[in-house]
Amino acid sequence: MRVMAQVSMVMTLDKCIGCHTCSVTCKQAWTNRAGTEYVWFNNVETRPGQGYPRRYEDQERWRGGWELNKRGRLRLKSGNRLQKLFGIFASPVQPELKDYYEPWTYDYASLVNAPLGDDFPVAKPKSLITGEDTKIEWSANWDDDLGGVTENGHLDPMVEKVRKESEERIAFEFEKTFMFYLPRICEHCLNPSCMASCPSGAIYKRTEDGVVLVDQDRCRGWRQCITGCPYKKIYFNHKSGKAEKCTFCYPRIEAGIPTVCAETCVGRMRYIGIFLYDADRVTEAASAPEQELYEAQLDLMLDPNDPEVIREARKAGIEESWLEAARRSPVYKMAKEWRVALPLHPEYRTMPMVWYVPPLSPIVDLLRDQGHDAEDEGNLFGAIDALRIPVEYLAELFTAGDTELITGVLRKLAAMRSYMRDISLGREARSEIAEEVGMTGSEMYEMYRMMAIAKYQDRYVIPKAHMEDAHNLEEMGCSLDFEGGPGMYQGAFGETSGRPVPVAVENFQALRERQCGERPADDEAMAGRVNLLNWDGNGRPDGLFPDQREGGER
Amino acid sequence: MNVLDLLLWGVLPYVTLVILVGGTVWRYRYDQFGWTTRSSQLYESRILRIASPVFHIGILVVLVGHIVGLLIPKTWTQAMGVSQEMYHVMALGLGSVAGVATLGGLALMIYRRRRTGPVFMATTKNDKVMYLVLVSAIVLGLATTLISVTEGEAGGDYRETVSPWFRSLFILQPDIGAMAAAPLSFHLHVLVGLLLFMLWPFTRLVHAFTAPVHYLFRPYIVYRSRGAGRRSSASPRRGWSPVGTPDRERR
Repeated sequence: MRVMAQVSMVMTLDKCIGCHTCSVTCKQAWTNRAGTEYVWFNNVETRPGQGYPRRYEDQERWRGGWELNKRGRLRLKSGNRLQKLFGIFASPVQPELKDYYEPWTYDYASLVNAPLGDDFPVAKPKSLITGEDTKIEWSANWDDDLGGVTENGHLDPMVEKVRKESEERIAFEFEKTFMFYLPRICEHCLNPSCMASCPSGAIYKRTEDGVVLVDQDRCRGWRQCITGCPYKKIYFNHKSGKAEKCTFCYPRIEAGIPTVCAETCVGRMRYIGIFLYDADRVTEAASAPEQELYEAQLDLMLDPNDPEVIREARKAGIEESWLEAARRSPVYKMAKEWRVALPLHPEYRTMPMVWYVPPLSPIVDLLRDQGHDAEDEGNLFGAIDALRIPVEYLAELFTAGDTELITGVLRKLAAMRSYMRDISLGREARSEIAEEVGMTGSEMYEMYRMMAIAKYQDRYVIPKAHMEDAHNLEEMGCSLDFEGGPGMYQGAFGETSGRPVPVAVENFQALRERQCGERPADDEAMAGRVNLLNWDGNGRPDGLFPDQREGGER
Repeated sequence: MNVLDLLLWGVLPYVTLVILVGGTVWRYRYDQFGWTTRSSQLYESRILRIASPVFHIGILVVLVGHIVGLLIPKTWTQAMGVSQEMYHVMALGLGSVAGVATLGGLALMIYRRRRTGPVFMATTKNDKVMYLVLVSAIVLGLATTLISVTEGEAGGDYRETVSPWFRSLFILQPDIGAMAAAPLSFHLHVLVGLLLFMLWPFTRLVHAFTAPVHYLFRPYIVYRSRGAGRRSSASPRRGWSPVGTPDRERR
């Protein structure tokens, strides 16, 4: 057993309102640069819908992920190592810009510069690639909220699959259809096929927290990772000629704060925590038969309360703070204890580490629209069994088509709904509802608390990077506790002598003082002076004005 | 042996070697971030899909041809029982097929570069100079092949002039006389070739030096510790520019 820690995310899809705040804040933080105009490390898709890039789930076309060869061993769907090497001259199935979309801006200047006339001036769309006038025909969320679904709905690869298997049409008529939002980031897989595809070996998984990153110094732009990733979450920066991807906001994670997408999520639908997993068994698990992939992946996730696991983790050098975080991990609870969070497309065999609690809302909405009581467990259970289309669609996304598994999860969510209604209405809690789905009443209540009202520190249990590594993490390569650091300007020869104090340290200390202190910002550390940038307007600190006592006359 | 011969065939090759090796080492140390193929496949892939493999495979065959022709002495092949005629037929046959493929592929790629808007906009001055020298080297190389076909023995046997000179360079005893005796077409081809190698470390051609052969041998999954330092010894520059107009200006 080789225990490793993995930072992981769970998204509870029922709580996603499709506001795209995560996408926007992520883009502002990471991809608002030339060369990444079309890149969304985080995007929110409306399903059913084609997704971004268009039809990325059609692996017969894009050849992402892994498959089993005749001897039952893993191989990249896009070919073996030699085939990949011969593909570097022109990557055979790389998506083009039109599969993502051509990024654009508007000629805003014409709004203010246009000569006086009878017509309103118009800001024409301009391509960010060519600079020419362009016609906007597609974007990362063109089919948002089922827009154009009656025309294009059949192009969703999952719709195609459901249709092929059940010979039943997914109805796109307004009254009959269903929809939900699917936010997607990089899955930070345990068995990443992008990494396996990289000829340069530039993509790596961090041993400490499992974040998958592209070494920008080592990437040579061979583009194989873009084909390799079945989620199409590796992007080519056409300006720098390097691959880029979601970083799980590792600088934030190292400081113990959640990713930008999670932090800014309006619906509070994201949870971040760590898993302990057995790195030695990853390949074996990824080679399991398709219907056993989910169980195999869950098996990899180790019980953080198991003494054997704890012993091995300590042996592997995992810090106590990380073990503690693993025991409190919300993602472990949802994925393994309650088994309500599922991996996206386990059939790609990459062992994805962003998990989804499938939405019950398609079922609830359809029930309610038909005039039924959508909180009643009997109605809900019946509907889950009867409404085959949404269930089959969800199964194609989360369980490789296994409807039994997805039904089990949906029944748990439905049971939680009914169980909590009784409690909320002051009736007696009916633990038989919980038992019907294999849980106890207290488990159900705990699950409700986690999914519905969990506080910030319960939703994000992120241990900080080890302190001994701090010097690698601090801005300017300088840790906070370096000799004479936090006390500012303490050189032997006056205030500008001694070693230069990094700006970040000064700000950090002064800001913390300002935020936590109750006194005016004039303590000894300020050496009798007031840094106006740090002055909180609170009182009249000494040193704000020239000292009158010394002069004495005025 | 006059001064010009001495400079061109005795001094210039070493200058080239110093620039090639020194420039490559320098760039590898200080510009890891700029070391890339700068692929334009995202903009256009229909032409590239054909042109690029034709060019690259062609030039790899050309490379092998050069290594065989320059490094293996004539006496060795004759000892193996390969007659002059057989050698020539083989070399010219394979060489001209590979050369034409290389040139054809490159021509198609340059056409694509000029005619596809985004690709042309992503073309730097550096690229244009590099393309000029690269095309010249290939055209002159094909010309030497054609001339030796049409003129036969009168066209000069490079295996008695260029090759001995090339090998003598590496034992620091340049056989200037042998190279000086080669026909003009070879002189030009070699000179442009040297120029290409001088430019090499400073253009996108560097990607050839990091051809990922080790991919065949490495494990699929790469684990790396957070603490592992940077590879480049230079402090990182800002590796990006904001979205907007300056980088989109017409060149």
